[in-house]
Amino acid sequence: MTEQQALYKYCLILGDNALIHSYRLSEWCSNAPILEEDLALTNFSLDMIGRAQALLSYAGKIDGKGKTDDDLAYRRGEREFYNHLLKEMPNGDFANTIAKLLFTSAYEYYFFNELQHSADKTLAAIAAKTIKEVKYHMAHATDWVLRLGDGTDESHHRIQKAVNELWMYTGELFETNEATAILEDKNIAVDMAVVKAKWKQEIERVLTEATLTVPKDQYMQTGGSKGVHSEYLGHILSEMQYLQRAYPEAIW
Amino acid sequence: MATDSQFATWEVFMQTKPGANYIHAGSVHASDKKMALQNARDTYTRRGEGTSIWVVPSDAIVASNPDDNEMFFDPANDKVYRLPTFYVMPEGAKAI
Amino acid sequence: MELLEKTDKIQEELLKNFEIKIDRGDAIEPRDKMPDGYRKHLIRQMSQHAHSEVIGMQPEGNWITRAPSLRAKQILLAKIQDEGGHGLYLYSAAETLGISRDEMIAQLHSGKAKYSNIFNYPALTWADIGAIGWLVDGAAIVNQVSLQRTSYGPYSRAMVRICKEESFHQRQGYEIMSKMMKGTKDQQGMAQDAMNRWWWPSLMMFGPHDSESPHTGDAFKWKIKRSSNDELRQKFIDKTVQQAEVIGLTIPDKDLKWNEAKGHYHHGPINWNEFYSVIGGGGPCNKQRMAHHIKVHNEGEWVRSAAKAYQEKKEKKLLHL
Repeated sequence: MTEQQALYKYCLILGDNALIHSYRLSEWCSNAPILEEDLALTNFSLDMIGRAQALLSYAGKIDGKGKTDDDLAYRRGEREFYNHLLKEMPNGDFANTIAKLLFTSAYEYYFFNELQHSADKTLAAIAAKTIKEVKYHMAHATDWVLRLGDGTDESHHRIQKAVNELWMYTGELFETNEATAILEDKNIAVDMAVVKAKWKQEIERVLTEATLTVPKDQYMQTGGSKGVHSEYLGHILSEMQYLQRAYPEAIW
Repeated sequence: MATDSQFATWEVFMQTKPGANYIHAGSVHASDKKMALQNARDTYTRRGEGTSIWVVPSDAIVASNPDDNEMFFDPANDKVYRLPTFYVMPEGAKAI
Repeated sequence: MELLEKTDKIQEELLKNFEIKIDRGDAIEPRDKMPDGYRKHLIRQMSQHAHSEVIGMQPEGNWITRAPSLRAKQILLAKIQDEGGHGLYLYSAAETLGISRDEMIAQLHSGKAKYSNIFNYPALTWADIGAIGWLVDGAAIVNQVSLQRTSYGPYSRAMVRICKEESFHQRQGYEIMSKMMKGTKDQQGMAQDAMNRWWWPSLMMFGPHDSESPHTGDAFKWKIKRSSNDELRQKFIDKTVQQAEVIGLTIPDKDLKWNEAKGHYHHGPINWNEFYSVIGGGGPCNKQRMAHHIKVHNEGEWVRSAAKAYQEKKEKKLLHL
């Protein structure tokens, strides 16, 4: 794997994470428990689409074959997507969505804090912009985890269940692969051990304050960076890519 | 209201640029302060309109009664000596 | 008996003062004295307007996950989010009249409060997203611009804010239509088909002809309504016909003709039977829209209860410190 290929892959992983998570959050539109929360979840989704555009455009540039962000979002198949499995998991109830948002936003906050020092100037700039967005996502998710954890018996039960069920998808967030190894040597990619330690500490703090039990480490799901996904991703793509696939000649 | 499923209302005041007055923007519903502030942010600053937000529980606002308008506001109308234009300045005086 | 006469007198006096203010063009504010009829009319109109924004999120929401480009998805999401925000501004303005959002939602669910008829039609293809933005929002904007001068302060202020924000909505819809008309045969076909299906319902959005319209008397006298249904409809037609021509769309009205003497377009007869049957529940999506809103409301109940319980616990803790 050349450095160029590694960087391409790295950008796709980051771009796909933003794209697929934005897809799931956009499904909340007109479905949130209160109108104000509808606007909030939409805002997060919009932040993520913006990030996906920046990262996929950059990936296309590195690849050098004239592919746009849309080409990469709408014309790749199931095995060519590299997002974490966590992002493609169905929304479930509000507790499940919030648990996912907490896990992801805390991860992204520490990840992009590191990435803003990347030797790659474009990635560093994207990271600097993203930190502001995900810091807010994290604050919003944290507040809701506290409310649900220490709210009613029902909400406590639901958020604990969501945390437990999503836990096995959190290991993948910190995985390294051939691409990250190459880029870490060049000070482009982030040291995942640093991110993991901070993430773990923060998640434990929030869950404990929310009167929740931190799950024991267990077998962790993996596969995203190899393009091996859950069955859910195929359905996301078939819906998302429908018009581009059905009318390949059309410009929208 | 105990049976209200939509949370309490909060009045939102926005400052649109540093140094400017806070102006009433509208209201949001929220169950606590932090939620009120976040909801105000997500509702009223979608186009970069804000640099600072205040939220106040709606029931904490005390408003004057329109019936009192005459006694409240009319007596100030004839106190023109509070305005700088009331005073006659000698010709030729500068920077006053 | 004497007491009753006295209250009648006070009421009469209040009404007179109120009407003097209205005639002077003063805005009415929440704590001002106002006739019951004025308050009721406003609550009905503003809550209907708020519900329309919120229910209107559904037909467009139907296409979020299928938007054909990242840009298109971004714009659509931001637009639907705006509709939610506008619903929120309007609920908030209506609440100043002494009705809670909870009550308004209950009235929507019981059928006592209505929402705009237009959202009982389905959004079938991507071109419908264009047609909704261009025609439906276009029609709504004509009405809303006029309502900026409505006599109730909070309503007028909400309208000013909404008009400012919605100025991009109609453009995004028109941009979709114009792109599709420049595109492949399939795209052109979709665009014309959407035009054919949305044109007449858009004209119906302005409500019955002036000669048939109930309630208009007081609404005009009190300056809640500033232009008549037919005036607004005419304004919408006059500006839209030209826009259709520019991008090569045909307006599905064989009677449509420019009337030089009047300086307006003459349009063919509107199918009011359809209008009334859709209002009466016979539209393709009436049941679906309401069922969705009720389901979401009920499913969110445990979340709202949790947030309230959390806050109550925190308050209790503070008291015991």
